[in-house]
Amino acid sequence: MGERIAAGTWVEAYRIVLPPGERAPQVPPDTSQVPLELRCRGLLVRDAAIGDDIEVMSLAGRRLTGTLVEVNPGYTHSFGRPVPELASAGRELRAQLWSTRSDPGTGAPA
Amino acid sequence: MTGWPPYAEVMARRAEIVHRSIGLDYGRYATGAIAFDYEGLMAGAGYDIAEVRSVQRATGVGDTPLVELVNLTDAVRAVAPPGKGARIFVKDESANPSGSFKDRRASLSVHEAAARGYRGVVAATSGNYGAAVASQAAKAGLACIVVQEAFDSHGLVQPEIAEKTRACEAYGAEVLRLSVGPELFYVFLCVLEETGFFDASLYTPYSVLGIETLGYELAEQVLERTGRPPDVVVATHAGGGNVTGTARGLRKAGAADTVMVGASVDLSGLHMASDHDFNRKSFTTGHTGFSMPFTTWPDRADVPRNAARPLRYLDRFVTVTQGEVFYATEALALLEGLERGPAGNTSLAAAFALAQEMDRASTLVVQETEYTGAGKHPLAQLALAAEMGVRVERGDPRDNRPGERIVIPERLDQVRVVDVDLDEVRRSYVRNALASLPPDTDVDDVDLAFLAEETRWSADTLREVIHEARATA
Repeated sequence: MGERIAAGTWVEAYRIVLPPGERAPQVPPDTSQVPLELRCRGLLVRDAAIGDDIEVMSLAGRRLTGTLVEVNPGYTHSFGRPVPELASAGRELRAQLWSTRSDPGTGAPA
Repeated sequence: MTGWPPYAEVMARRAEIVHRSIGLDYGRYATGAIAFDYEGLMAGAGYDIAEVRSVQRATGVGDTPLVELVNLTDAVRAVAPPGKGARIFVKDESANPSGSFKDRRASLSVHEAAARGYRGVVAATSGNYGAAVASQAAKAGLACIVVQEAFDSHGLVQPEIAEKTRACEAYGAEVLRLSVGPELFYVFLCVLEETGFFDASLYTPYSVLGIETLGYELAEQVLERTGRPPDVVVATHAGGGNVTGTARGLRKAGAADTVMVGASVDLSGLHMASDHDFNRKSFTTGHTGFSMPFTTWPDRADVPRNAARPLRYLDRFVTVTQGEVFYATEALALLEGLERGPAGNTSLAAAFALAQEMDRASTLVVQETEYTGAGKHPLAQLALAAEMGVRVERGDPRDNRPGERIVIPERLDQVRVVDVDLDEVRRSYVRNALASLPPDTDVDDVDLAFLAEETRWSADTLREVIHEARATA
């Protein structure tokens, strides 16, 4: 038995919508070899543990079913690290522009 | 949602499901085997431009600023031939409630849904449109469901779509996130059927009428600023709605001679339904993976007749590279103090090249920006590209290879546009139209007149092209 997750907790549910053999006829070979997967989030309807079949109440007020895969799923996408190739392009563009300006008082960086 | 009917069964009912969830009788507008009354369909939605503006103003949509990009114009003039270098303006659509021009598209759909008593709206989109529908639905008190293609078979989420998931949930929408594949449409149909909600398709008349205000406003703003209508407007081109709605709005504002350019990121070589290629695109829209199929056959959309018909309005269709768009994004932030995108920056990159062909007294408008943020920023996309084994380097953008190498230009004068042969696109459109004919049906005069409107070709040219298409079919 995994740790008990209380009803009302924000969770993510997962399920397979179409297994590999049942994908649409027009999908390319690499896609047809993998399942069509679905992930959705909502409030857990009844107490459960990771891996259990669950129902969640979605933000649209619907009951969705799936396997409990994550508790309190967050938003972890980021800006990433500076990319030298892009940063150098920006610096050069700026230097070129301000070098052509006869009036540096319009905001040329020091 | 407790398991859906089989794929083939649902797809066989698609017309019926879509009809019920939009409530528009497309059959009313059919005039031939191919032909339909396009202007009748648009007018039948029942909104003139003043009404659209009134609906949009009620939720703070539209009336966005037009900003002159004086520094970028100077930078372009420094590398342009003598006397060349149009004044470049940008319509700062990030000022819309959810941060993009998609609020314009969502506003009428949600307004219609509420007026007709639907309890909720559903949208199939991995882009800004989801956040726009969710934002409008939040204000209207409707439930909202967004179906996204979000991650590959390794569970790796495209960062820009992760941001859209967050934004949709921030506006209270249920988000169904799917792995890669065109069966997203099947899931979408299942959701429409089980909820009875309104289909906030990107391709209904409501969606396209909602964009007309963008073209209308920018025509007014340029006229006020320069005393003349804009000479060129460049729009990022994907499904065709942006080009169609903007051009229609320009015409309604009297800017009939403005040249309409569509610009897409060149993603040739990458397959749009490929699980392998999904996270190697670095762009989720505004690319040729949408613009080519939708320009050559708009009616592949999720509605019987697409209200977005870009061939009618495109005067020119160009592509730019991935690296050029990232370069333009950096330039916009560092030279103009506008950290935006990615969406509008495809047309901005094209503008760098197009402005160099134009006289200094002329004007060029980049007709959208969008809010940027975690996941949407070039750094997030380039980090993902590197993780997927795509090389990122400085060099000549001609060496850019989608899925293999992203080349950030070394100099502004290397940014160029590659023209797509519109006549070839038109030929392809005609071939698709012929293929859509029921067996034993021929093109009659009504169809011919319709195809002439669609392609802007003369009847004689069309007859020739149809003859050729049949000979090679």
